[in-house]
Amino acid sequence: MTKNMAIQRAGQPVPLVDGIEKVTGKASYTADLLTADCLTGRILRSPSSHGRIVRLDTTKAEALEGVAGIVTGADCPHTYGVIPIAMNEYPMARDKVRYRGEPVAAVAACDAATAERALELIELEIEELPACYTIKQARGKDAFLLHEDKPGNIERQVNNEFGNPAAGFEKADLVREETFSCAEINHAQMEPHAALAEYDVERDRLVFHSVTQVPFYVHLTLARCLEMDTSAIQVIKPFVGGGFGARTETLNFEIITALLARAAGGKVMMHLTREESFITHRGRPETEISLKIGLTKQGLITAVDCEVSQRGGAYAGYGLVTILYAGALLHGLYDIPAVKYAGYRVYSNQPPCGAMRGHGTVDVRHAFECLLDRMANELGIDPFAVRRANLLSAPTRTANDLLVNSYGLAQCLEKVEAASKWHERRGKLEPGRGLGMACSHYVSGAAKPVHWTGEPHAVVTLKLDFDGSITAFTGASDIGQGSSTMVALAVAEVMGVGLDRIRIVANDSVVTPKDNGSYSSRVTFMVGNATIQAAERLRELLINAAAAKLDAKPDHVECTGETFMVRGSEQSVLSFAEVAEAALAVDGTLTVKGTFTCPPEAQGGKHRGGAVGSTMGFSYAAQVVEASVDADTGLITVEKVWAALDCGFAINPLAVEGQIEGSVWMGMGQALGEETRFAEGLPVHANLLGYRVPTIVESPDIEVHIVESIDPLGPFGAKEAGEGALSGFPPALANAVADAIGIQANFLPLTPDRMVDELIKARRAAKRKEVS
Amino acid sequence: MKQIVSLKVNDTHYQDAVDDNMLLIDYLRNTRNLTGAKKGCDGGECGACTVLIDGLPRLSCITLLATCENTEVETIEGMAKNGRLSALQRAFHENLGTQCGFCTPGMIIAAEGLLRTTANPDDDQIKTALGGNLCRCTGYVKIIKSVNAAAKALS
Repeated sequence: MTKNMAIQRAGQPVPLVDGIEKVTGKASYTADLLTADCLTGRILRSPSSHGRIVRLDTTKAEALEGVAGIVTGADCPHTYGVIPIAMNEYPMARDKVRYRGEPVAAVAACDAATAERALELIELEIEELPACYTIKQARGKDAFLLHEDKPGNIERQVNNEFGNPAAGFEKADLVREETFSCAEINHAQMEPHAALAEYDVERDRLVFHSVTQVPFYVHLTLARCLEMDTSAIQVIKPFVGGGFGARTETLNFEIITALLARAAGGKVMMHLTREESFITHRGRPETEISLKIGLTKQGLITAVDCEVSQRGGAYAGYGLVTILYAGALLHGLYDIPAVKYAGYRVYSNQPPCGAMRGHGTVDVRHAFECLLDRMANELGIDPFAVRRANLLSAPTRTANDLLVNSYGLAQCLEKVEAASKWHERRGKLEPGRGLGMACSHYVSGAAKPVHWTGEPHAVVTLKLDFDGSITAFTGASDIGQGSSTMVALAVAEVMGVGLDRIRIVANDSVVTPKDNGSYSSRVTFMVGNATIQAAERLRELLINAAAAKLDAKPDHVECTGETFMVRGSEQSVLSFAEVAEAALAVDGTLTVKGTFTCPPEAQGGKHRGGAVGSTMGFSYAAQVVEASVDADTGLITVEKVWAALDCGFAINPLAVEGQIEGSVWMGMGQALGEETRFAEGLPVHANLLGYRVPTIVESPDIEVHIVESIDPLGPFGAKEAGEGALSGFPPALANAVADAIGIQANFLPLTPDRMVDELIKARRAAKRKEVS
Repeated sequence: MKQIVSLKVNDTHYQDAVDDNMLLIDYLRNTRNLTGAKKGCDGGECGACTVLIDGLPRLSCITLLATCENTEVETIEGMAKNGRLSALQRAFHENLGTQCGFCTPGMIIAAEGLLRTTANPDDDQIKTALGGNLCRCTGYVKIIKSVNAAAKALS
């Protein structure tokens, strides 16, 4: 039996297509997969921050009953890393360890207790080396090098200049320079890391399940590190409990789990503890920023000079991209004619940093929006007015050659200005309470992927079969952001069919086409466009079949919802099922493919590193934060947030709201309390009490406004929605605190202890002023 | 040492010989194959493992199974009746109270504990009840909305 389904159009709020599984507990995450015949994996980690491995003896552990396999650095002589030109990490240390907690060896055993006992039996002797824990130490004149081929402990230095900064500063009426420091933070996604590897000895094949955002990278990395043919590996992504960038890179435990499965000749489940998940890290680096801005009396930005140092941890990881992003995205938000940028990505003896939501841009945006606010204040210009004075007009190209195709920042400013009653309320709140605002932006996917192969950026296939169901096959990883729902909606919108007719199959390398993965907010833009093309092709096949059946020309056939008819004729109406049957009668099951390739003009400038920051379309955001500060305890309370984001077009407004709320809130966590802390390289934050993620109790109401600028290249005009609003929160809060109590803090997070120090300093200064 | 424990899980009575140091979460996940309750931390920090014991929200990752003798344990798998979502499950689904979904079972169970004792909670009561359940995706805005929607649907 077939029936016509209710039509769901893009632009209407829709619950997640996999939401039922999530609310019933049926959603299987990696750690939930059946493990009846499974070995348990455990990792031995370095107790030292920096040292030479003098002896590593696994003999006693191997002799323990129940131990099925042991691997060490000797079992993998291949480096890995997300950037092909910067792979300098081994899944388990060889010769040297460079941070406390770095994997050294691993065991697969019949149960957890046996595996842990075996770890205790591994004899590890390390000769200590001098360690660097701060940017200053690492860049010191006689600092001990972490990597011999990296003089000065610099992974990447970036120097570029666009326009004429010197002339720009000459033209300015006001030039100010400030330094800012932002603590390192971690994604703290709710699901701890886990992987399940099954090695088939007879066939030399590997089936691998993991928590990854980018199964494709895992696939490539496993092939490289295990010296296996890529065709012998199958990578499956089950439900994933959040990513936020932590799982963009392939991670050491994933390779180790696969190595163990091969060593043991079987199936190994690896659960990392929360502490190990923190140590695996790849978070946002500790960042020092020195920023100089030139403004005219009217508030026009004439030039910017910015120096950024990031403490990147012990290995390259994503480092060079992060330090390039920090400079590249100084552009693209405002019209800035001249920018000088110097970036230093520094090695240190801590877990490696990586990509985190708002990759590379958040701390720099914080500094920029804080300093711009202060300078506007000094010139007597309203914070909204100074930003309006520097708006871009799309389409345009920035000084560093980034394409800006659509630009809804002006509307975002209007929305939050009105909603917060900015002009009526600012300066009139009770003592200790203030309003602050800031703007931000982010890319809708990197226009040039790091693994450049020349392939399309996204591929989606669709199948329509005898049962009238449409299945979309995609390699895009749904990690909770709703990408599978987006794909379903795009098919429904183009084909005019009900959402119930559509199923999504995602992330099984044997079944689904390759995708570059869920990072840099690329999926809606790229996979969305590929889905639209596939759906248009399938729709064309159906229209042709309907035309043949109706004896009409295809371009006279109208497909409205689940029916097909000749335009203007009400009589001959065919149902979806009838048309599908007719289409299949020609040559059976219909399969079509859609692809998307980023246009060359979106792929950035010709300068070194020019691809980083390039995108088809930027999202734009403005937000107002209302906060109060307790003058005795230094405790900051966020009372309310108004956030507006230009996502081009909201394919699923419910998911867009959720993304904006989540990203604003994650910015709040960084602003208020999150920071990793190390004592001589020993992580002392590595649990969810020590690392202060905001609870529901201190989380404010976030009022969301969606702005739709309809991007010319975006799917239905859509751009990204999940990152752009994050980086506006910390400066909007800092600006609100300045408005509330007059203290301009140049650090993140604004924890009570730090705020108390500032309050005491301010009181002393006031007293001194009184006396003199 | 093994010991016999009898308890009810989601309306079914069980009697099992278990290690006396077994945690409730391991019993649920490994023995009963009820993997809805999650381990999100190394013990009592995140709330993802929350279940109801005799109607009260408890952290199954720091509860010894031996202390559950003659109790009634309810997990997320027991919330839907005859395949129909509970009011909270429906509200979390329809209002996007769940994104990645990892905290969701614990969150819904903690909210269930609240709604059984407080029919129409205000936002502060919701925040207090869910104060031990961390979520990293939603900013909690739609979680509060979901609990309110469920309370309304039930009243």
